[in-house]
Amino acid sequence: MKYSYFPGCSLKGLGRAYEESLLPVMKHLGVELVELDDWNCCGATAYMSVDEAQAAVLAARNLAIAEQTGPQDLLTPCSACYLVLNKTQHNITDFPDIKTAVHRALGTARMTYSGKTNVRHPLDVLVHDVGLDVIKEKVVRPLKGLKVAPYYGCQVVRPYSTFDDDWNPTTMDQLLATLGAEVIHYPLKTKCCGGSLTGTVPEAGLRLTYILLKEAARRGADVVATICPLCQFNLDAYHDQIERRWGPARVPTVYFTQLMGLAFGFPPRQLGLQRNFVPMKELPTERVAG
Amino acid sequence: MNSNGNNGDLRIGFYICHCGHNIAGVVDCPAVAQHIAKLPGVVVSRDYKYMCSDPGQELIAQDIREHRLNRVVVASCSPLLHEHTFRNAVAAGGLNPFFFQMVNIREHDSWVHTDVGAATAKAKALAQAAIRRVRFHRALEMTRVPIHPDVLVVGGGITGIHAALTMANGGKKVFLVEREPSIGGHMAKFDKTFPTLDCAACILTPKMSAVRAHENITLWTYSDVVKVEGYVGNYTVTVRRKPRYVKEDLCVGCQECIAACVFKEPKFPDEFNVGLGKRKPIYIPFPQAVPQVVLVDPERCIQVRTGKCKQTCLEACADRQALDFTQKEQLVEIKVGNIILATGFKLFDAKRIPQYGYGLYPNVVTSLELERLVTSSGPTGGEIVLKDGRHPKSVGFILCVGSRDMKTNRWCSRTCCMHSMKLAQLVREHTGADATVFYMDIRAPGKGCEEFYDKSLKEGIQFVRGRVAEVTDWALAPEEEGKLVIRVEDTLAGFVRRIPVDMIVLAVGMEPHADAQEVRRLFNMSCGTEGWFLEKHPKLAPVSTFTDGVFIAGCCQGPKDIPDSIAQAGAAAAEAMALIDKGYIEQEPNTANVMEEHCSGCKSCIPLCPFTAISFDAPSQKARINEALCKGCGTCVAACPSGSIRQNLFEDEEIFGEIEGVLADA
Repeated sequence: MKYSYFPGCSLKGLGRAYEESLLPVMKHLGVELVELDDWNCCGATAYMSVDEAQAAVLAARNLAIAEQTGPQDLLTPCSACYLVLNKTQHNITDFPDIKTAVHRALGTARMTYSGKTNVRHPLDVLVHDVGLDVIKEKVVRPLKGLKVAPYYGCQVVRPYSTFDDDWNPTTMDQLLATLGAEVIHYPLKTKCCGGSLTGTVPEAGLRLTYILLKEAARRGADVVATICPLCQFNLDAYHDQIERRWGPARVPTVYFTQLMGLAFGFPPRQLGLQRNFVPMKELPTERVAG
Repeated sequence: MNSNGNNGDLRIGFYICHCGHNIAGVVDCPAVAQHIAKLPGVVVSRDYKYMCSDPGQELIAQDIREHRLNRVVVASCSPLLHEHTFRNAVAAGGLNPFFFQMVNIREHDSWVHTDVGAATAKAKALAQAAIRRVRFHRALEMTRVPIHPDVLVVGGGITGIHAALTMANGGKKVFLVEREPSIGGHMAKFDKTFPTLDCAACILTPKMSAVRAHENITLWTYSDVVKVEGYVGNYTVTVRRKPRYVKEDLCVGCQECIAACVFKEPKFPDEFNVGLGKRKPIYIPFPQAVPQVVLVDPERCIQVRTGKCKQTCLEACADRQALDFTQKEQLVEIKVGNIILATGFKLFDAKRIPQYGYGLYPNVVTSLELERLVTSSGPTGGEIVLKDGRHPKSVGFILCVGSRDMKTNRWCSRTCCMHSMKLAQLVREHTGADATVFYMDIRAPGKGCEEFYDKSLKEGIQFVRGRVAEVTDWALAPEEEGKLVIRVEDTLAGFVRRIPVDMIVLAVGMEPHADAQEVRRLFNMSCGTEGWFLEKHPKLAPVSTFTDGVFIAGCCQGPKDIPDSIAQAGAAAAEAMALIDKGYIEQEPNTANVMEEHCSGCKSCIPLCPFTAISFDAPSQKARINEALCKGCGTCVAACPSGSIRQNLFEDEEIFGEIEGVLADA
């Protein structure tokens, strides 16, 4: 199995733990990732809201590189990148003026894009291409007794529910259960984490983050599993401010790929787990045993 | 007069209708009339505002008399709408009604074009075609076929019951076929009915027993229609009677067998109580079921499944010997003249909107489930309780669940506003709990319904305008702990609210049955895009279908309340009885016939006929067409290798004349 790989800026910076865990896990499962040569920022949702056509040009360049160099399935772990690349695909198909702008811009760089690139999320690839039975075989350290709140965030499932239900996605639930974890009922699984509001309008953004953490704690979660770098950062980095405002809600938030790595027997440092502000405690096997 | 109805010279009258602005807005009608006036044989050519009106029809009749017309052409709307009207006008003028041709310049021209010049040219071409065609028309007679006086009603809900009783009281023999083991439909599950709050059972069950007792009604429950053949007046219908494993004529409904069943306690979800109650493998659907006959669930009964049960039920039945585990499915063939479909609806599956938490939170229920909880004959004896046995102190009603929603069903289900307000009133009456209704618009147009809405407001029911975003159990404030929280944008107050409640009632909308398409095909009808059965005309023929002799009534045609369903049931019964009492069906003379002198007896037409109207006459070695069965589809005419089948109104010269007319200069 071979995929083109678009890490996006987050996975090289703030969210590097995502890449640090994603790459060994994928390799362990025999999935080969070919990082796009000379990729650029997707523009994130910020640029989209300033100028849709320009934003589409920026994102489409990555799609064009993937189409040209192959494989045409483009693995995109970051939720914002995933949404922006998907939206760009739709915009190119649905709006002739955007299509024209994209083609003209790519043309000046002697590039073309015919729309063949498939934007894929690692969760989609792991559950639907690799398969849960293959993943199960690799589990050497089941996450037995670990209560996990599955948190998808908003961007992967809405507005384009490409591989899962838009209101009640379950692929990560299935994956975590395959690893042996106890997946709790977490009705906020697709609620917004506050996004960039935590930085710009903290009283609104942090409130959303607090609700997510508080509910995870109330429902007895040991850890929140996420698939998005911004969600991970919001849920991990603001605990002191949250505590000052509303009281403690100290649940660690990790990438689902980090939990996979742990279940596959990788040491935590190899998975970037040391980067968490709120560290994840040891796996509860000892707790069960002791 | 010669056989063509004229004395050698053709005297054609042409009339073009303005249809108000419908036609005249796009087609220059006077110009068409002037153009046609110049054609050979045309004696009169007029344009008129409304040809279908009395003066319009009289114009034709008068011209026939005054100008000795022997052919008439009217350019107006679709023949489906007014061909009969104009044929009658022609007959009133003393001419054979088939010396008439109609041109559709509304649906085929003015309604689909905007360019006046082009639309007028098209109208001229179509009118020319009819003028050239009509000269070849011959005098024809309608044929009469006797009508079978019996009627089939499919569906034993309140609609089917009312239709069956109406016709039976009028002396007609009625077969009432119901898929479920008892008649009564959805209404049998209701406690009270809006807006009068009268007891549903008190008004329904007497009608149910009247069905059972009526000498003119043959009631077959636990049965469905599997085959329909024939045509209006003469349908042959095959009904499948599923085995109850109980002889209906011997069972007296004492239910001793149920008490004696080897399953000591009721264990299986009970369909009538929408899964809220339990039943045994041998059961009666509900205490007032009609017929009062038990039945055996073959999936659950040990004897049916394995043949190895102690059969304590048999002992309990004793001498009556009504139980029969050898019963098999039976196919029964009946002959009827008309069919009324009253197959009803199914409720929207609330799980399709996951954000409302149905199936996830036990205290989120559907409106029908609450209905069963409120009813004194229901699984809790009329007590409204939460899943843990407590009484709710607050109940939220969410409207438009699976209605007026682009993601699920776009239509309004019409009854849920009223139904929810009724339930809210009952909840307040029974428990004193707070009731809050979450609505987009309150639709209460029925008689007495707006007054009922007023009553709801006066009784302290809260109304919050806004489509509910989600139902959840995450708590923000201490008073929300342990409750279900409704998150909604209150569009009157202008902010997002969180309202904690103990119980949530989803007003699930109505949908066509899952097998509506199969049923539609079975009865040769049409469905609208949503899947409801399609009426012949939305205003003027609301219970007729495009298949003569097949009528629809009640919710299978679209969501409606009990009064509207009853009104349609009566209307369908009246339509069927009008046909029956006439005694015969008039058939179009557009049938095919074999010119025997040319028929080679090759039989190639016989298997092609979709109506099995063609047979082979052995002595003469010729094909023969039964005119009563021929529907005039023309398949055999086109297929005959020797061209020896002709069809009335579709003769070769008529069709060629039409083609020449369209192609001639206009």
